[in-house]
Amino acid sequence: MSEMQEKTEADKHYLRQAWLILFLSVFYGAILVGVQIGLSGRIAENKKQETYSQIPTLVPGAEPTATKEFLVRGSNGKESRVYQARNASGEPMGWVFPGSGAGFADTIEILIGLNADMTRLTGLYVLNQKETPGLGNYITENAFRDQFHGLAAQEKFLAVAGTPVGTNQIKAVTGATISSQSVCDIVNGTVAQYRQAALEKATHP
Amino acid sequence: MEHHLPTASERFINGIFPENPTYRLLLGMCPTLAVTNSVQSALTMAAATTFVLLCSNIMISLMRHLLKPHLRILVFTLTIATFVTVADRVLAAYLYEMSKELGPYIPLIIVNCIIISRCEACSSQQSAWVSSADALGVGLGFTLGLVSIATVREILGSGTWLGLTILPRSVWEPWGIMVLPPGAFLTLGVLLALVNFLSTRRKNS
Repeated sequence: MSEMQEKTEADKHYLRQAWLILFLSVFYGAILVGVQIGLSGRIAENKKQETYSQIPTLVPGAEPTATKEFLVRGSNGKESRVYQARNASGEPMGWVFPGSGAGFADTIEILIGLNADMTRLTGLYVLNQKETPGLGNYITENAFRDQFHGLAAQEKFLAVAGTPVGTNQIKAVTGATISSQSVCDIVNGTVAQYRQAALEKATHP
Repeated sequence: MEHHLPTASERFINGIFPENPTYRLLLGMCPTLAVTNSVQSALTMAAATTFVLLCSNIMISLMRHLLKPHLRILVFTLTIATFVTVADRVLAAYLYEMSKELGPYIPLIIVNCIIISRCEACSSQQSAWVSSADALGVGLGFTLGLVSIATVREILGSGTWLGLTILPRSVWEPWGIMVLPPGAFLTLGVLLALVNFLSTRRKNS
């Protein structure tokens, strides 16, 4: 009995110490929810505009205004927007899949350019990253991204530290093997999840 | 106790030069070196930091009587992190390009010593009015620090100031090194020496 009383005394003591922090967590959380609700639409719109501006580079010959958007459900049940890139006369030229996943520091968001039957990569663009400046942030450079051009989209990508020897091996950014492999994994994961769904959408819209 | 502490106008003036965060206290060196390759990024970083400084100083000052000595750092960090997240989201919504260029440096304002040092030195002891004056003074001092370094780096490294051509290519071959990391160290070193030289000379005369 006395032990229980002691415990409640101790609990009261902790609450007395920590109530301000508990209250602030909830209060600040509410502020952040408000900011997120207020601004997420605009941020998404910014990303979409950037995606459209990258479509001609990701899929050669594509005309951004002719792009068709599809909302597809991936094999894991998650919904995602995918872009079918078309040329000026409306013929499908390829696809752009947005993909994201954990990097070394924060989530990495990329755009993957694919050919019409989604077997080969035609381009890669890093939409958002917060990797280590001077190391991991070099995943945004052409020297790293261009390595993906023309590689088989459904085969496993591997970031290697030395000179790439095997198929689908990518030379990792020096000192940033984790960031490099993250990009590889995001490409593999995104293509695996949405390729089938996109194919179905394209044939039976 | 409070009447021994500096007044609002003293706090404001102190932050600008006598206790300038960049040239006098050498605080916040990470953004000082990292984002001063152009005046525009320096101004954005300075504005974001001043916003966080002002909001956290006011919040901390309002609850200064509730702070427990051993939990105060936790409250400071929680408050700073909240306003940094707000600044980060606002930049992503309204200055998308700039937000991408500054990358991880905006979230890194959380660990900028200038802000936590103001919470400790001023707002946890003084009124919201004095703390606001302190935040604005220190914010202005930080802005001057960043912009002065960025001015030297952008003019010598790109021949421009805030994007406007100052030294045309025909008369000036830009020093590429000035916009790269070594340029930041060189400029900071030279300007620090200059400030020390001038203030020593002033003191002696």
